[in-house]
Amino acid sequence: MTPGLAGFVVAGDETTWGSALDKALEALGEAFGVVPDPAGAQGGTWRRTWFDTFDWRLYRAGLSLEYVATRRGGELVLTGAAGSRAVTGPVTGWRATRSYHARDLPEGPVADRIAGLIAPRALLPTATVSTAGTVARLLNAEGKTVARLLVERPAVQDRPLPPRLAVAEVRGYPAQARRAARLIALAPGIESIASEGDDTGSYLLDDALRAIGRRPADYSNKVDAKITAGMPAPRAVATILLALLDALEVNVDGVLRDTDTEFLHDLRVAVRRTRAAIKLIGDALGLPSADYDRFAAEFKWLGDQTTPVRDLDVHLLDFDVMASRLRAAKEDDLVPFRTFLQGRRAREFRALARCLRSQRFTELTTGWRATLTAIRGKGRRPGREEPLAAGRLAVERTSQAFRKVSRRGAAITADSPPESLHDLRKRCKELRYVLEFFSPLHDKAAYFAVIGDLKKLQDCLGDFQDNEVQIDEIRALAGAMLAAGPVFGGGTVPVGTLLAMGELTAGLAASQQAARAAFESRFAGFAGAGGQRHMAVLLAGEAQ
Amino acid sequence: MRIYATYNIKGGVGKTTTAVNLAYLAAADGLRTVIWDLDPQGAASFMFRVKPRVKGGGKAIIRGQRSLDDAIKGTDYENLDLIPADFTYRNMDLLLDKGPEAKQNRKLSRLLAPLAEEFDAVFLDCPPSISLVSENVLHAADVIVVPLIPTTLSVRTLDQLTEFLTTFPGRQPEVLAFFSMVDRRKKLHKEIVEELTMKREGIARTPIPAAALIENMSVQRAPVTAFAPSSAIAKAYKSLWAEVRAL
Repeated sequence: MTPGLAGFVVAGDETTWGSALDKALEALGEAFGVVPDPAGAQGGTWRRTWFDTFDWRLYRAGLSLEYVATRRGGELVLTGAAGSRAVTGPVTGWRATRSYHARDLPEGPVADRIAGLIAPRALLPTATVSTAGTVARLLNAEGKTVARLLVERPAVQDRPLPPRLAVAEVRGYPAQARRAARLIALAPGIESIASEGDDTGSYLLDDALRAIGRRPADYSNKVDAKITAGMPAPRAVATILLALLDALEVNVDGVLRDTDTEFLHDLRVAVRRTRAAIKLIGDALGLPSADYDRFAAEFKWLGDQTTPVRDLDVHLLDFDVMASRLRAAKEDDLVPFRTFLQGRRAREFRALARCLRSQRFTELTTGWRATLTAIRGKGRRPGREEPLAAGRLAVERTSQAFRKVSRRGAAITADSPPESLHDLRKRCKELRYVLEFFSPLHDKAAYFAVIGDLKKLQDCLGDFQDNEVQIDEIRALAGAMLAAGPVFGGGTVPVGTLLAMGELTAGLAASQQAARAAFESRFAGFAGAGGQRHMAVLLAGEAQ
Repeated sequence: MRIYATYNIKGGVGKTTTAVNLAYLAAADGLRTVIWDLDPQGAASFMFRVKPRVKGGGKAIIRGQRSLDDAIKGTDYENLDLIPADFTYRNMDLLLDKGPEAKQNRKLSRLLAPLAEEFDAVFLDCPPSISLVSENVLHAADVIVVPLIPTTLSVRTLDQLTEFLTTFPGRQPEVLAFFSMVDRRKKLHKEIVEELTMKREGIARTPIPAAALIENMSVQRAPVTAFAPSSAIAKAYKSLWAEVRAL
């Protein structure tokens, strides 16, 4: 049997599903014998659990990954964009309640397709649907089975979802399956959800998420503040900062569970953006200066607490790539270094977890939320001067930040010290953040043109500084390893390890030099005539 | 992919019944199975309620104008498909009798080769004859299952077949004969079955008894192993399939 499926969903609500199904069966009964098939392979009950990363990378790529538990283990089913066939692979030992990394995917087509897409994020269960399925055979006048009708009654957390119908083709009888599909499509209360070859799973996922109060792609690490150009600036800035606080808080659980490294990364980004917002547009909130200083200092404290673990994460995430680039040393030489990094990370992680569970952290987030919520809810006081509109604030602060980057970048020469490039990187980040805060106000095309120019420059400056930081850290870690004494199998750090670490720093230094050499052209791309024009278009659109 | 053929020069010995039931059991074991009804009478096709017709007839298939894959029909059972009979198969000998002589008896083998990706087991239900068709079948098969009526004469035909197969160059198929339509009430049947099963190599331990349920297959239009799985006859076929599969 070839499972060429035509899929349908029963419309209406729970009270009408039964009669709609009966009508569809009646319609089929006029053309076919309809015989229940209790032994049908697609019948029975089963559970399917969808997995995706916290930031919905599969969903955004038009993919959905299901885990279906079977008696002999389980199966992963990856369905792609419309029209493509599902990719499947057996899997053992998976559970519908825990998270998995790319390395946990069994070798095969599923891993081939998604491992690169999801890493370094973990796959988390998004919804589990239990389905009771029944099969009926559709018979021709000879009593021969010419198609099969599958009726699925899914439920999520005991809440029934709209039943599904599917017509499965029996090989060699495609016209009969098409005829059955046409009859069902004409039945009242039945909607077509997929054409032949598609999988109906992603529609079911949408229904399941809706039933449990979630929506797909409900998290992204982009700034997503609901602001308008005409909104008073205090309310707009409070809205932006509340969106950043939401992003910060939503990542805390994932950090504490250590689900994957990107929860901490996104939390840090939210902290950095908050600090930048306080600095660059925070004055619009109209807070007393003591409050500014206090919140600014507390967010700096929070950022500092997260730095050691993130730095070690960066080393560990890049480890395999860096190790593969070794020429003189062997990859095995780096094993003690990795062990040391892992040990140190475990220690630093405990300190980070204490911070995120501390009273100080709770007071910071609750106090900040209360402050921002009060500002956002505040109406205009009668008699007071009309506050600046968000659109004007955006133009003003974006221009300032752009001028600053242009000026400082232009002053950099081949002889400038590394610090001048580090400083420029900070100014670029500020500009990027201001652009992102006000992104809903900008024309999309103009916004992406400016971001594109800026990103190329940022990548170059990032490579320059990150390589330098990593070189310094590797040197410091080598010192720490030596100081740690006889922890490596009873001996001190092997010489081969130190040499390999030295080679790593040499590789990083080469990358840093390449970034330095590329700076001039990257900066010209950003601040030259083309870049200026992109920024002018962006600001002109906003001014209107 | 393993190719099984039910073959006997004589008609009415249970070839189709055997092919249909063994194919059903193979599919029930989870093997992706297809049965090719090579008999223009189309008894196996009838048993599975499939019209005995192939677009373009046997000519289109043998000449390669139509792939075998195109002719496949799903049956009522999971994992079990069928290539129907066609009345034009009565001329299959003439169709095969084209091209270089050395290749004439390998044509079915070549037609079946592409099915290896899709199927684990192929059953060929042969018409009763000695012909180029049967010669093709014998060349294509990995296992030849030979139903024998318990008579002394029928054992001679097995000897002839075995001897003929020894003339095949290279790889030779396994041969497993079994006693079919055995009537235990007949003294002669009983003696022949007991004696030859003991003495002669290549005869299955499982005899298939004559049973009214077998006649009923053409009424039910289904394998007896499907519609009466607990019957003695169905159990006998399961036991025979275990022996065939073990080869």
